[in-house]
Amino acid sequence: MPRRNDLHRILIIGSGPIIIGQACEFDYSGTQAAKALRADGFEVILVNSNPATIMTDPDLADRTYVEPLTRAYLEEIIAKEKPDALLSTVGGQTALNLSVELAEAGILDRYGVELIGAKIDAIKKAEDRLLFKDAMRKIGLETPYSQLLTDIDGGLDFAARRGYPCILRPSFTMGGSGGGIAYNREDLLTILERGLDLSPVHEVLIEESALGWKEFELEVIRDLADNVIIVCSIENFDPMGVHTGDSITVAPAQTLTDREYQMMRDGAIRCLREIGVDTGGSNVQFAINPKDGRMVVIEMNPRVSRSSALASKATGFPIAKIAAKLAVGYRLDEIRNDITKVTPASFEPTIDYVVAKIPKWAFEKFPGADTTLGTQMKSVGEVMAIGRTFKEALGKGIRSLETGKKFGSETFDVNLIPQKLITPTPDRLGYLRFAFRSGYTAARIHEMTAIDPWFLEQLRQMVEEEVALETGSLETADRAGLMRAKRMGISDVQIANAWKTSELAVRTRRKELGVAAVFNRVDTCSAEFESFTPYLYSTYETQCEANPGTRKKVMILGSGPNRIGQGIEFDYCCCHASFALQGEDVESIMVNCNPETVSTDYDTSDRLYFEPLTLENVLNIVDVEKPDGVIVQFGGQTPLTLALPLKNLGVPIIGTDPANIDLAEDRKLFGKLLEDLQIPCPDNGTATSADEAVEIARRIGYPVLVRPSYVLGGRAMMIVYDEDSVRKYMREAVSFSQDRPVLVDRFLEDATEIDVDALCDIDGDVLIAGIMEHIEEAGVHSGDSSCVLPPVSIPESEIKTIEEYTIKLARALNVIGLMNVQYAIKDGVVYVLEVNPRASRTVPYVSKATGVQLPKLAVQLMLGRKLRDVTHYRDRLPVPLTFVKSPVFPFNKFPGVDPALGPEMRSTGEVMGVGHNFGEAFLKAQLGAGTPLPEKGTVFISVNDRYKPEVAAIAKRFADLGFELVATRGTASLLQAAGLKCKTVFKVNEGRPNAVDLLKAGAIQLVVYTTTGALSFEDEKSIRRSAITYRVPCITTMSGARATVEAIASRQRDPIRVWSLQEIHAAKS
Amino acid sequence: MDSAILALEDGTVFEGRSFGAPAERFGEVVFNTAITGYQEIFTDPSYTGQIVILTNPQIGNYGTSTADNESARPYIEGLVVREFSAITSNWRSDEEARAFLSNAALPVVSDLDTRSLVRHIRSKGTMRGVLSSIEKDPAKLVAKARAIPSMAGLDLATRVSTSAQYRWTETVVPCSPSEVIGVANQPRYHVVAYDFGIKRNILRRLVHSGCDVTVVPALTSAEDVLALKPDGVFLSNGPGDPEPLTTQIGNVQRLVGKTPIFGICLGHQILGLALGGKTFKLKFGHRGANHPVMNHLTGKVEITSHNHGFAVDADSFSDNDIEVTHINLNDQTLEGFRHRREPVFCVQYHPEAAPGPHDSLYLFDDFVRLMSEHGKRK
Repeated sequence: MPRRNDLHRILIIGSGPIIIGQACEFDYSGTQAAKALRADGFEVILVNSNPATIMTDPDLADRTYVEPLTRAYLEEIIAKEKPDALLSTVGGQTALNLSVELAEAGILDRYGVELIGAKIDAIKKAEDRLLFKDAMRKIGLETPYSQLLTDIDGGLDFAARRGYPCILRPSFTMGGSGGGIAYNREDLLTILERGLDLSPVHEVLIEESALGWKEFELEVIRDLADNVIIVCSIENFDPMGVHTGDSITVAPAQTLTDREYQMMRDGAIRCLREIGVDTGGSNVQFAINPKDGRMVVIEMNPRVSRSSALASKATGFPIAKIAAKLAVGYRLDEIRNDITKVTPASFEPTIDYVVAKIPKWAFEKFPGADTTLGTQMKSVGEVMAIGRTFKEALGKGIRSLETGKKFGSETFDVNLIPQKLITPTPDRLGYLRFAFRSGYTAARIHEMTAIDPWFLEQLRQMVEEEVALETGSLETADRAGLMRAKRMGISDVQIANAWKTSELAVRTRRKELGVAAVFNRVDTCSAEFESFTPYLYSTYETQCEANPGTRKKVMILGSGPNRIGQGIEFDYCCCHASFALQGEDVESIMVNCNPETVSTDYDTSDRLYFEPLTLENVLNIVDVEKPDGVIVQFGGQTPLTLALPLKNLGVPIIGTDPANIDLAEDRKLFGKLLEDLQIPCPDNGTATSADEAVEIARRIGYPVLVRPSYVLGGRAMMIVYDEDSVRKYMREAVSFSQDRPVLVDRFLEDATEIDVDALCDIDGDVLIAGIMEHIEEAGVHSGDSSCVLPPVSIPESEIKTIEEYTIKLARALNVIGLMNVQYAIKDGVVYVLEVNPRASRTVPYVSKATGVQLPKLAVQLMLGRKLRDVTHYRDRLPVPLTFVKSPVFPFNKFPGVDPALGPEMRSTGEVMGVGHNFGEAFLKAQLGAGTPLPEKGTVFISVNDRYKPEVAAIAKRFADLGFELVATRGTASLLQAAGLKCKTVFKVNEGRPNAVDLLKAGAIQLVVYTTTGALSFEDEKSIRRSAITYRVPCITTMSGARATVEAIASRQRDPIRVWSLQEIHAAKS
Repeated sequence: MDSAILALEDGTVFEGRSFGAPAERFGEVVFNTAITGYQEIFTDPSYTGQIVILTNPQIGNYGTSTADNESARPYIEGLVVREFSAITSNWRSDEEARAFLSNAALPVVSDLDTRSLVRHIRSKGTMRGVLSSIEKDPAKLVAKARAIPSMAGLDLATRVSTSAQYRWTETVVPCSPSEVIGVANQPRYHVVAYDFGIKRNILRRLVHSGCDVTVVPALTSAEDVLALKPDGVFLSNGPGDPEPLTTQIGNVQRLVGKTPIFGICLGHQILGLALGGKTFKLKFGHRGANHPVMNHLTGKVEITSHNHGFAVDADSFSDNDIEVTHINLNDQTLEGFRHRREPVFCVQYHPEAAPGPHDSLYLFDDFVRLMSEHGKRK
């Protein structure tokens, strides 16, 4: 069954913004699918609202739409592009759900679009809990005892019969969103109510608990001829009860005999056949009772998933790419294995190493959130590490996490051990090691955690080795001992701590003794065949397979695990850097440890090192590769932290000098520079003690913005209004800032913020790439603010000033490549807030809006080329149409957390809206972000005194658009005085019915509720939380309200229209 | 820490940690790439005369379990692994894997760079070697390795065969309350199975498919076999070079045409030689659980379990009655054929798995069907 020649144009739907449970693994799968289909001569039409993705690059598809992922917009695109088929399986749950919606609404039939990958019946059978259970029963596979609930009573009844704990899973939500474990009646009521609400079909599955059972997952691929292979088995370190996305997972499975593994393999294959997944990848999850081996199927996904991205990276078998080819008719045996070249894809990868995946959480961003890990995924990113043994992989994985805390500096409390072991939280791994150090036996720990004794034994050995190291020293070190430690995955930093010496001293001694890392290849076949793909990991063995090339080569340091403030945007930059290097005939070498990304696809760069981004691991690669240059400016903060140490060791960093990158972070030096350049900035100072901070604040006046230096995403950044708060902050923040000072800035209230991305070459020639106006006022982190390109309300004179400052700064810092500057405009004065001589979060957005790949130009400049030679644009890039970027927040995963925006970044992802006017672009961005704005209805308005002067004008616009107004007393009387019709409602603490009641009753369609600034009161919180719960858009700033009015006006005025990036930028190239 | 040394005939020496009995054994050094199933590999008599490298770096994790033995004892000469588990974790385990091997006085070397060793063998081909946890002088061990007699020309199959005929009745038993095995058929066909080093799971699978099995020694004559009035004859797997097995080949030649025959692995090679084909030694063999085999009769790919150092040359048959049924998609070698006129078929790989995927279990039912059809024709 070869390629289907009846298909020509294929539509691929992406997964939209990065959210918890759905991250850049779908950029990876979508990109692979698009590449594979185009390479085979198909025309690809791609839709994704997320501009930070690589898949939305105009080069990767024939038509690329950055448009909201909703039925209406998809229908418009389908009508316009007339695709022959829709590939539904590579864009996560979002794409799958949307495909079902399009099919059921008859849209696919109307336009003659065939659903390929998974058919509608198969999707339903896999996704509908009851149909799935019936299907499994039919083929003799057990599932946990369960029942589908549509109301609370059913749940109580189930619990009365089956007992607690029980597990609740809402239907059709991703990442287990809204689910949980109920240990008692109270839990049951809370979780069930939330789950029913979050499920689009108002259904929740209640299930017998398999808590503590062993959890496994198989990645399965099937072709149209019914050939089935298992790509990878994965075993969870954390037993059942913790969502797979929040579990440490290990590949291959470690504790199953062949008999048990084959039972699982047989089950997975039967499952795929019964569900009817015709082609492509699926994953099937199993739980096994460790006492008697009883096995149950937990779930299956009829699409590529987070686990399939992991499995692809873990084995070298590109699941999404193969799945795309199978969807267009190929058989597995007709596709070649890229890595061995001689063997077909119809085999099962076998690996001679162990892979560990460790999740990364961001609870520090959400004070008040419940850190307990359960059935709802809460992590924002993950790392993968490869080692020859589990111990080595785990050790490397822990270092890849970049916890910011030096190993051994974590504080543990002996009294907390039982609690920290029994209740899984992000601290558990640390506490497991601490428990061993504190004398706990594996048996006792197993009793508390149900973690398999084999895994515990590995941890025990690691701890034992660490403890043994403490009796050694640099002088007494011997080769055998060091080799043993390194083979256990223990880092030079850990050894240095044990020996009370420096990391580099350990490194030197180690190399003297002949203990050096070598690189092994990921080859899909355990060395049975030769590998032609340099996909490498470090280990301590006898032979190095790196086999470095002799061409000119440049190494790119990636951005590590996704976290809030550092995510896919930087992967976009790194991938483009790699493509650009290849375009310049320079060998590109990628270093990264994030399995979700496109950068860790072995197809992206000439050479891939799947390694932790630590000094030790990067130096190991440098030793072997001896690159001509290392790029540190594309991976966010992670590589920047390494830049100076690498430079000091003679590693050639290309682009802006790390010393100048550092200078921009050094308040004293930078302040001096601004003074010399005569560029204003808010009054500021640096403090290393509370007294100093208070002194500075008193001098420059409150409110002040306080933050540690060298952080990304506004980590620990706060606006404080009084001395007490400054002191409190200093007590809590200093531990994060280590020996780096705290920065104290005058906070410019109500200023307009501007973000600028610019390029500068070695001659100081500057190109302004994008000037973005933030929609939220200053004080909201730039990553959390919607912004618009080109600016809509900044006078040309101020733009000129901004351009002038940007050029001055770029030249003064000798920027080579990209630079980002943040400005604030208050009362006509332009202030510089900060300068980052590196790629910023907005680079992909600006690239999509201007049609110019900024990282590509930047790389060309870093290689010594001149701006005038690499682009015909001068001064500023033109922007056709209007582009709005909006953030997406994870508040629905963290009940109880105040969603008010502030200087600490909390969004996980972003979307872009394109329009002829600002309103249209903003409307689309809001739609894409999952907060559709109402066309009509009632607006609830409550603003604090500061905004009272402007509120009437905005309210009038809402009224003019046909909205009814409701307000609390103060605001209402103001609006009534302005001649507007407005109902009055109680504040939450005044009585009832109050605003929350109206929200619950569905009587409010939009909330405008500004923060009071200094403190956020419980009253406000409850309204904002209720708005999120009942999915009513909640605007917390005046500027946001103004933008919303524009958007609603557009919704009433403008037709639904879509533009592909290729159309928008047709004139270019 | 006790060390152990693996010395190869080409002078290459690898050193690791001794994890087994103090012992010195020699043999052909081969590698297996299966991720699961070390116990089945240890106890597969086809590994007679071979020191086995396992590419999965973590061995011993789940201990051993009597139910998973493929024969009465380990047959490998020695074991080479990257890391051997210090503990056992599995609900079915009844012995530690380390003890299981030590009780058989086998040398085990761990903490050794198995990947480099495998790459060496892949590029240089299978070679002889000595694994010793006693002798510490590598030069002496290399000399010993060079003195090992070559496997070519040795009749190992007879050496590992049963000395007396016996009846086998054990069927496949689920490993978990959740394993779906299917209902075992009542024994309807009498199968005489030649033991050239037979794996127990073949016997269990035959029983499960409805066979009453009599196992006979490797040198049992065709006439004695026919005297048992079999509905079919099974030719088992086994160790070593098929070419020197002239007696067995002769017996099989006399059985073709008289009764349905099904052969696996060495049984397939013996059939190939009996029907006029030739065998040859593969550079480093096929040993693993992930080999793609195309079944030309169904047009489907089966993921299969392999363990063979020799293969039948598909082009060596002059007889037009031989139909190639299975081909290895990795290297295009012959994996199965059948006779167009006589009820004879065989596969080079291991449909009984143990260890490995169950994709080809249908072959046991095919055998039963063949016996059924042949019985009707008679």
